[in-house]
Amino acid sequence: MIYYFIRRLLLAVPVMLFVALFVFLLLRLTPGDPAQAIAGDHATPEQIAAIRDSLGLDRPLAGQFVAWIGNMLTGDFGNSLISQRPVLEMIGQRIGPTLALAVVAMALTVVISVPLGILAAWRHGGLIDRAVMAFSVLGFSVPIFVTGYVLIGVFAVNLKWLPVQGYKPLAEGLGPFLYRIILPGLALASIYIALVSRMTRASMLEVLREDYVRTARAKGLPEALVLFRHALRNAAIPILTVVGTGFAMMVSGVVVTETVFNIPGLGRLVVDAVLARDYPLIQAIILLTAAAYVVINLLIDLSYALTDPRIRYQ
Amino acid sequence: MSVEPDTPGAPLMRRRLPDRPPHWTTVLALVILIAVVGMAVFAPLLANFEPTRLNAAMRLKPASETYWLGTDSFGRDLYSRVVHGARVSLLVGAGVAAGSIAIGLPVGLLAGWFRGFDAVVMRMMDGLMAIPGILLAIAVVALTKAGLTTVIIAIMLPEIPQVVRLVRSRVLAARSETYVDAAVLLGTPTRRIITRHLFPSTIAPLIVQGTYIYASAILTEAALSFLGVGIGTEIPTWGNIMAEGRLYFAMNPWLVFWPAIVLSACILSINLLGDALRDRLDPKMKGRGA
Amino acid sequence: MTFLRYGTLGLAALAAGAFWSAPVSAEQVVTAVMQAPLRTLDPHLSTAQIVRTHGFMVFDTLLGMDADYNPQPQMADYAVSDDRMTYTLTLREGLKWHDGTPVTAEDCVASLRRWGENDGPGRTMMTHVASIAATSDREIVITLAKPFGQVLELLAKPSPVPPFMMPKRLAETPKGEQVAEMIGSGPFRFVAEEYRPGDQAVYVRNTDYVPRAEPMSWTAGGKVVNVDKVVWKAMPDMQTTINAIQSGDVDLIEQVTIDLLPLLDMAEGVEYGIKNPLGAQVTGRFNHRLPPFDNADLRRAAMYALDQDTLMQTAIGNPDYYTLCASAYGCEVPLASDAGAEYLAGSAEERMAKAQELLKAAGYDGTPVMMMQPTDLTILSTQPIVAAERLREAGFDVDVVSMDWATLQSRKNGWQPVAEGGWNMLFTYWGVTGIWNPLVHALLDGSGADTAWSGWPVSPEIESLRAEYLTSPTLDDQKRIAAAIQQIAWDQGFYYNAGEFKSVAAWRTELQDIEPGPITLFWGMHK
Repeated sequence: MIYYFIRRLLLAVPVMLFVALFVFLLLRLTPGDPAQAIAGDHATPEQIAAIRDSLGLDRPLAGQFVAWIGNMLTGDFGNSLISQRPVLEMIGQRIGPTLALAVVAMALTVVISVPLGILAAWRHGGLIDRAVMAFSVLGFSVPIFVTGYVLIGVFAVNLKWLPVQGYKPLAEGLGPFLYRIILPGLALASIYIALVSRMTRASMLEVLREDYVRTARAKGLPEALVLFRHALRNAAIPILTVVGTGFAMMVSGVVVTETVFNIPGLGRLVVDAVLARDYPLIQAIILLTAAAYVVINLLIDLSYALTDPRIRYQ
Repeated sequence: MSVEPDTPGAPLMRRRLPDRPPHWTTVLALVILIAVVGMAVFAPLLANFEPTRLNAAMRLKPASETYWLGTDSFGRDLYSRVVHGARVSLLVGAGVAAGSIAIGLPVGLLAGWFRGFDAVVMRMMDGLMAIPGILLAIAVVALTKAGLTTVIIAIMLPEIPQVVRLVRSRVLAARSETYVDAAVLLGTPTRRIITRHLFPSTIAPLIVQGTYIYASAILTEAALSFLGVGIGTEIPTWGNIMAEGRLYFAMNPWLVFWPAIVLSACILSINLLGDALRDRLDPKMKGRGA
Repeated sequence: MTFLRYGTLGLAALAAGAFWSAPVSAEQVVTAVMQAPLRTLDPHLSTAQIVRTHGFMVFDTLLGMDADYNPQPQMADYAVSDDRMTYTLTLREGLKWHDGTPVTAEDCVASLRRWGENDGPGRTMMTHVASIAATSDREIVITLAKPFGQVLELLAKPSPVPPFMMPKRLAETPKGEQVAEMIGSGPFRFVAEEYRPGDQAVYVRNTDYVPRAEPMSWTAGGKVVNVDKVVWKAMPDMQTTINAIQSGDVDLIEQVTIDLLPLLDMAEGVEYGIKNPLGAQVTGRFNHRLPPFDNADLRRAAMYALDQDTLMQTAIGNPDYYTLCASAYGCEVPLASDAGAEYLAGSAEERMAKAQELLKAAGYDGTPVMMMQPTDLTILSTQPIVAAERLREAGFDVDVVSMDWATLQSRKNGWQPVAEGGWNMLFTYWGVTGIWNPLVHALLDGSGADTAWSGWPVSPEIESLRAEYLTSPTLDDQKRIAAAIQQIAWDQGFYYNAGEFKSVAAWRTELQDIEPGPITLFWGMHK
């Protein structure tokens, strides 16, 4: 088991190197000039050239790449070309809202979709089942920003229950935090709710047919206990898989949700960075998200082993 | 696993389709999809105006007899734009689905068969998968020209690893089948094994996967346009119509909702058809889902 | 003292029943959403308006410009020798940098040099200057080598880039590098710890600042700060920004999208109006180095085909907030002129007929016009579309190419053929302060040099007139020269003046005495 994880970790090294090289080349071989972003719209070529010189962008690419990787290994991700701030500091300032959004969305997903999925499986073919399936296909088909605007239209503009936009950190109190994050959280969760309730339903259906569940039922255990203890435990794996494979989807959703609800998170930071050609910042954010993806998937594999005794690694 | 050993490479479609009558949702989805495709094909006939025709005096007008869905901030006819938008959205979906399969299929087949190639390619695919698709797409579009081809390539890149993994897993499964073993022992050329024995086992899952890629590509195009890194406004797409309309959301939400409704209906129908196809074609997944 | 004031106000707030709100603070904080997020800080390096506004918060200038366009003393009083060849600037007493050290003449000399390296008109001035010297702790002497009539105007200019003063150690930052610290002597201090590039910038009142005694007028006179803290927040979506001012999260929006003003009409406690009387000019620039626009007749044909009113109506909507005029320098500035108005005269249809005629006569060979369109900059995304429509009607083949603003910006700097990454036409806009005379107006540069702003028109006549402008002593003279330059520029099709629009600011009624200025001024206002 430990050997397996060491192997997985080692395999992640070439993967991350590939990501680094890919992103680096993608950025450097395409047009756009961070010096222009510093100098502003009305600067003349001369002013821009002076700034470009000072940024060292004209050095050979191979040297730049090696220097970048080398610095990163010592924990130095470099400074933003545009603002001159350390990239890690800028990411640190923005990661809070993004994590909060992601966690709230995941929490909402689990709270809403797992019971829905169980209910649908339990009453397979019934009204609830059909409603859940219809809802899940719908959730998958409506873009997040449309969901976001519908939620804003209903709950903020018409009913005035919740604010239209903005973000307050948890440090300013749980009330204000939840008050502002509930709508973006719901919007972001909409796709996940669709996906997870569907997965839960499907895997519950399969598990309910298994012998040990039938045995449990035959023993006369209460239905609720059967559903939650025996069935859900085994249905957890596909759900976890969704969380892992859905990471990319989550990032995509976060970028859009942050724009709709004006949340100063990583999503907006990276869009701005791309538009301003802030190479070190883009590289660091993509690399860190890629690393997060790898780690999350590793953890999920680990939890497979913990949740399902049938899976063993050699 | 996905292909019964006794009938290697038998045409799947013919074998499985007449199982049972289609569900009513499938029929509905088919009707919607045909309508959308019809809209795209006959857009010039259906539209009342050129989708790019400006009229500064008629900006942001509500729906009327002339402008069935009202006008946008350029004074262009929203109805005509939504109708024409079908063309680009369907094209992006088709381009991405076809492109990612065209690249992913051969790579997956080779990776599944040749171990050395596999190790290298799969690390690259893992890397490509680790980069969140939207970030990759934003970067590719923003850093190059914001045209149709760029957008298709940008959305396609993150889809390729999914296809490669799918194909590879099917090939790996097929490798252990007796008929493949037999073919190897009989000295069948590798090329023939791949085209005759391995490739057919990937068709069914690829068709299903293709529909999902199709739907998600249309959604991603809309998201890119929404973020301001999509196809320029000269070519109407549902995504950029919504992106332009969102500024005026509080004054006229229909600038966003009309394209959103058509877009969602289109994706809904593709997803439903994908589910139906999966139930029919892919025995492994049979019994799950809708 | 401060404690007492905080205490009383705090109690008052509590009494008002504000128990539920977060920590009660009597600090007067103005939260503003500016027209663009602040991403870079060096006010000498950037030509962007947001960085200039930031510059005026943190830094001060030797001279200021008042509402009548006259240079006035600010950090320094000035004296000019009779032959107008020597300028003596004497610093006010007691000026201090934000790090507590005194402002010296040495610092200012270094700052002037750095500005003169970076600013276009500043560089022109430096070619006329024999020496800039600190003759005592508080005295700076600028000696000219050849006559130059614009010294005071440039020292006072609020246009990009103003000659901001900074300590010598910062001013000596290597060329092209950004200064490492935000230490100025301006009325606000920059709070570096709370700066989040692209999201938030925070300023606190500089309690050491001694305002001049004269009443404030634009960037001249006493900069009296009446609020404790100013927070700039970036909001990428105008809809959410408007919601935020309605709910009171935001006190000031620097530039509201004019189409959305009806939303503010319905909002309680929010007012809006024009606080920057100067506005901005939208300009359609031709690339003079590439066909088809290397042909003056075709540029003129394009000018006839385009229509200010349609362009403005589509981009701005409400005619209350845009002005149509022929003036290259802004519609309402002292040098405003209607030279060359014939290109805008008559109805759009009449001009279209002229354009079609001219196009035929010029023998247009069908070379497509590559028009760049930015997808991520709302204010400039409509013009290329509208212009393309009109140019096509005139007979041009137009290819609108969409790209993000950064790509457009870097692409505009090259003049290679279109197939290799070149371009034929693009739209930008310029705050009137940046174009209000022939010296600062980058688009009127007729040198055709590679170092000129993109487009590279060539006109020796304009260059000699611009040289004459630099030494012309009286306003009448300057007006005459400016008008002559403008006539040639339009005849030659230097660029197309697509009209002028005003920025509309919106503010909560609690925010009072927002003074007009060439940029948004955070001194003077009360909350």
